[in-house]
Amino acid sequence: MAERPEDLNLPNAVITRIIKEALPDGVNISKEARSAISRAASVFVLYATSCANNFAMKGKRKTLNAGDVLSAMEEMEFQRFVAPLKESLEVYRREQKGKKEARKDKDKKADSEEQDKSREEENEDDDERMEEEEQNDEEEVDN
Amino acid sequence: GGKMAARPSSGENRLVSLPLSRIRVIMKSSPEVSSINQDALFLTAKATELFVQYLATYSYKHGRGKEKNALTYSDLSHTAEECETFQFLADILPKKILASKYLKMLEKEKREGEGGEDEEEDEEENEDET
Repeated sequence: MAERPEDLNLPNAVITRIIKEALPDGVNISKEARSAISRAASVFVLYATSCANNFAMKGKRKTLNAGDVLSAMEEMEFQRFVAPLKESLEVYRREQKGKKEARKDKDKKADSEEQDKSREEENEDDDERMEEEEQNDEEEVDN
Repeated sequence: GGKMAARPSSGENRLVSLPLSRIRVIMKSSPEVSSINQDALFLTAKATELFVQYLATYSYKHGRGKEKNALTYSDLSHTAEECETFQFLADILPKKILASKYLKMLEKEKREGEGGEDEEEDEEENEDET
């Protein structure tokens, strides 16, 4: 897939919000600083990916997994991220599990002709559908 | 992309704000990467948020900027240069110097026949943004 240059950027609004929430109230952030942080974030993703990939290759795996990313953080001298990341991962996994089970229930209901209900829950489906797409593209390795 | 950021109600309580789809595009732009498991994708997005917070707060605290209530580009490039953890950003957050000084440096290098990029001395003095 050929990426356009802007595809490798992260959304400005989200980056700005993260910065604002991290800094004390009332601190201004110049437009140049915001743009620089956004670029830095993209570079961080590339660096982390490359580093994580080295760990995957060491383990003779073709799929990057959670452990590879955590090892990459240590390697990159961002050990301070490891504990909060592990916590978030637990929450994320629980959420994903909950969604899977909700989908299973929904499928059962759909079978029994309750199509009106699934139309109401369409908004939630968007999120899950995207995750399904992503899962179809990638091998999943449980670690 | 950006579905995860599309819900207005749960701003700060969301687990991660950066869109996973966009993070994935960036990760996949690396030629050596074949596939990425969902947990790894999530962790990379979350780590990037932590990174943005860290870079911003560190630069604000340690910036030599004269403005106390602002985070400027010069604070960031200072961080990239001085702090080892952020040195991987040095190339994309270069220090800024006045164009006139830069031209003088180039002329000097040409005269002295150096091909090197020994800009350290000049950089300390010239943090003005062009």
